[in-house]
Amino acid sequence: MMQISDIRTHIIAVLVDNESGVLARVIGLFSGRGYNIESLTVAEVNVREKLSRITIVTSGTPMVIEQIKAQLSRLVPVHKVSDLTIEGPQVARELALIKVVGSGERRVEALRIADIFRARAVDSTNESFVFEIVGATDKLDAFIGLMEPLGLTDVSRTGVVAIARGPHPL
Amino acid sequence: MTEDLMSGAAIVLKALVDQGVEVIFGYPGGAVLPLYDELFKQNRIRHILVRHEQAALHAAEGYARSTGKVGVVLVTSGPGATNAVTGLLDALCDSVPLVCLTGQVPTHLIGNDAFQEADTTGITRPCTKHNYLVKDGAQLASVMHEAFYVASHGRPGPVVIDLPKDILINKAAYQGPSKLGHKSYRPQIKADGKSIEAAAALIAGAKRPLFYVGGGVVNSGSQACADVTAFIRQLGAPCTQTLMGLGAFPGSDPQSIGMVGMHGNYEANWSMHECDVMVCVGARFDDRVTGRLNAFAPHSKKIHIDIDPSSINKNVAVDVAVVGDVGSVIADLRAVWQAQSYHLDQAALADWWGRINQWRARKCLSYQQGPQIIKPQYAIERLYELTKHRDSYITTEVGQHQMWAAQFYKFEEPKRWMTSGGLGTMGYGLPAAMGVQIAHPDALVIDIAGEASIQMNIQELSTLGQYRLPVKLFILNNQYMGMVRQWQELMHGSRYSESYSDSLPDFVKLAEAYNAVGFRIDKVEDLDGAILEMINVKRPVIFDCRVDAKENCFPMIPSGAAHNEMLLGPGDTAQRQGSEDGMVLV
Repeated sequence: MMQISDIRTHIIAVLVDNESGVLARVIGLFSGRGYNIESLTVAEVNVREKLSRITIVTSGTPMVIEQIKAQLSRLVPVHKVSDLTIEGPQVARELALIKVVGSGERRVEALRIADIFRARAVDSTNESFVFEIVGATDKLDAFIGLMEPLGLTDVSRTGVVAIARGPHPL
Repeated sequence: MTEDLMSGAAIVLKALVDQGVEVIFGYPGGAVLPLYDELFKQNRIRHILVRHEQAALHAAEGYARSTGKVGVVLVTSGPGATNAVTGLLDALCDSVPLVCLTGQVPTHLIGNDAFQEADTTGITRPCTKHNYLVKDGAQLASVMHEAFYVASHGRPGPVVIDLPKDILINKAAYQGPSKLGHKSYRPQIKADGKSIEAAAALIAGAKRPLFYVGGGVVNSGSQACADVTAFIRQLGAPCTQTLMGLGAFPGSDPQSIGMVGMHGNYEANWSMHECDVMVCVGARFDDRVTGRLNAFAPHSKKIHIDIDPSSINKNVAVDVAVVGDVGSVIADLRAVWQAQSYHLDQAALADWWGRINQWRARKCLSYQQGPQIIKPQYAIERLYELTKHRDSYITTEVGQHQMWAAQFYKFEEPKRWMTSGGLGTMGYGLPAAMGVQIAHPDALVIDIAGEASIQMNIQELSTLGQYRLPVKLFILNNQYMGMVRQWQELMHGSRYSESYSDSLPDFVKLAEAYNAVGFRIDKVEDLDGAILEMINVKRPVIFDCRVDAKENCFPMIPSGAAHNEMLLGPGDTAQRQGSEDGMVLV
């Protein structure tokens, strides 16, 4: 029997035809079969051939992950499915926009921490900042955690995008 | 350059003709009136008018499964499409190639909660292999052709094309089928050579081999079935079939050990439990086959041949996965077997058959037929004996009668047996038999039914009358939803909650009302004569065969139990009340 400890997080990249309903098909597959979605991003990546790339962060036992890949592969508009986590080293990034409201010492502290994390202020008023931060998920988590006592009011995150290291395409 | 422009409805009809479609099953309505108008003006395609859209789907399934062609359905928007859903999912579960055309409100009204509007592509997405909403007339012809390609290539399945009314009316250019089929969908037909070699080597080392063949072999075609059969005969190995695989290997062959699974043969289930190499060909380790997973075939290495990679390692981890079409795989496997001069260990095989024959000697399908009340098993046995030499096709509904039909009716070739396996749809058999009879007008087509299931699509008696389809409805009438009653007896302390078939119609009078012929038989001595009479009647028949109301379907693997924990008959049940774990399983 599979143990809980066999459950691992995987980043799966899916190349699909950019046609109506394709995202619903992918999401419906996950909800219908009881798979987990931790994050999902999608955008067109090839305008000429109308291809979109979906990056899904999911978790499961090796058997479940194998099923997820097989089920995705058999959707008619799916061209390619790649498990970036097991197919070699990869770069994974996430972007977040974070609103922090405050004044005085808390405001200065927010700016100082933002500097340490290489977050950029992309909007500012007398009482607020919007920071843009790019990085791995745990870096974003850490930054957001530090902003919480300093007046964090709003977070918008993209979810993970990822790509394999080295010269080879998907 | 001017192109010849045609209405969308004309494009649809022309595409159907170019795809070789001869028959469609359907029901008209507002959104598809342009298509019905186009149908009226031509005589290439025959339209069969059903009485409920669900029946159109099952009829198309019967047509497809008995011919190997794609079944085609035409229904209207809204309720027409929602009524089609059960049939679509049935076809998806049993891998039946269908193209279902649904009407839709005109494109400018989509999303406005218009009259008879439904989000058909949304509703049918999890019930189809693929679906389309055509929003641009220029795409219509290519979508039509692509749908036939997708439905019939790889693991077959149903495809929906949702057709807004303005698309059917507006003019667009037609284009014929492309050679490509689809720009990217290319199922793997030929298996990887290494996997074939690994499979052959594993089989060659077997001491207790078992072939487990399923509906994928039937779907691969008659030649694939013949090749699989020839290989198994060459090896001398035992072969068990799934419910969907009956007929893929000849049922009366001495190497056939019968159906496997919950109501499968004792010898088949014990062989599965004890084998050392299992060769699964076009089957999917369904829960009705495996029983309790952690006790499934514990001593075996497993080879899984399937065209659908997602079937592999889904329920049961296998040692050798062979992805490809059975026909191609078995030809390659035989070539490797030949080239390597492989052969089975004959002494071990003889020992293995010795054990199997001991299980066989338990005669797990035996029953006690008394002088008076007809046992349902006896009725099927007599039906089999009196029809087996004819050109006959059998469909079923769902329940005890279905399992008895699977146990007692032997199929020598594929495409003769149509049953709802995966979804278990009551009401499947009558419309499926209609579709079979349309495809094979001179054949003997029998729906083995229960008195409860038959009422789920009983309105189709009218369709049988209209098209003079001499389908025989052979009803095992035990006045219970028998399988529900059996589970209530075994698992729920014989509390028969809502499983009694009260207020049944008089089936003989019902037959007369629909201009069919009715029989009611309740004595053993009348059975043979009445079956022969039924066969000879050239009209639809309702055969109300009154059988023992309390008979249970055995052998049985109770849910949550393993293959070696089979119940052989009523005597076994005292030892085992359903386990807590088994109760939650279906």
